[in-house]
Amino acid sequence: MTVSGLAGSDETTLVAQARQSDATAFSELVRRYENKIFRLALHITQNREDAEDVLQETFLKAYEHLDQFQGNSKFYTWIVRIGVNQALMKLRRRKTDKTVSMDEQFDTGEDTLVREIAAWDEDPEERFSRDELGRILDAAIQGLEPLYRSVFVLRDIEDLSTEETAQALDLSIPAVKSRLLRARLQLREKLTRHFKRKGDNAFAYL
Amino acid sequence: MLTCKDFLRELSDYLDESLGVEARTQLEQHIAACPNCWVIADTTKKTIRVYKGMDPYPIPPDVEARLMQALERKMAAKQPK
Repeated sequence: MTVSGLAGSDETTLVAQARQSDATAFSELVRRYENKIFRLALHITQNREDAEDVLQETFLKAYEHLDQFQGNSKFYTWIVRIGVNQALMKLRRRKTDKTVSMDEQFDTGEDTLVREIAAWDEDPEERFSRDELGRILDAAIQGLEPLYRSVFVLRDIEDLSTEETAQALDLSIPAVKSRLLRARLQLREKLTRHFKRKGDNAFAYL
Repeated sequence: MLTCKDFLRELSDYLDESLGVEARTQLEQHIAACPNCWVIADTTKKTIRVYKGMDPYPIPPDVEARLMQALERKMAAKQPK
């Protein structure tokens, strides 16, 4: 990507210029968000090839439909929504036998998700190299159901608000909240295996 | 008095600091008296923290080049006359 003089430009201005078919302005928007879109595509699809496709499809679609961007949400939220839809579509195609439904029902027995309780060190991640840590975190996320994964990635990795996540995934706010809680508790459970303080034994809960 | 189940239900909002003062105080009182819930809150908070600190995934140069080529083709097709 060429370095443009637009790096410090305000997003609304860039979007307005891009709408006037200003290619440099759109390239600057791509440059700002491509890493985030690639990361979320990797997390959701768990497949490098799919993530590369999602990255490309997302920005092509965004460019094509730029006139449909209303400007009442942030451009980033809008583009994340396109990216998530592309990523979920890939997943659906891969798992033809198992549909990924956005409205599936689930029980709210969050308490059943707590099986192991053991304290962690203050900075448990410091026990591992960056590579090891990356593998542990990726493997834990990979074990989540796609929809829990998507909610967690948007809320806790990409830092979207609950409302923005609901918008991006077409979910209600309570649905985002309960999925986020389950995702967090499931990840906590998986990470406890690696992060629990040495010498501590898990004790039964309740 | 809050039960551990009540605490768990509110855990996400508690960690996101999106609770009102009264609800927050109740949860804090529960944690202070319940070592299990303290551990759950602490380890869930650390779970979120380690994920937030994850290294970004750089886009491989060939993938970046393909993206730019595809965009340039699209943009060229959409240029005003």
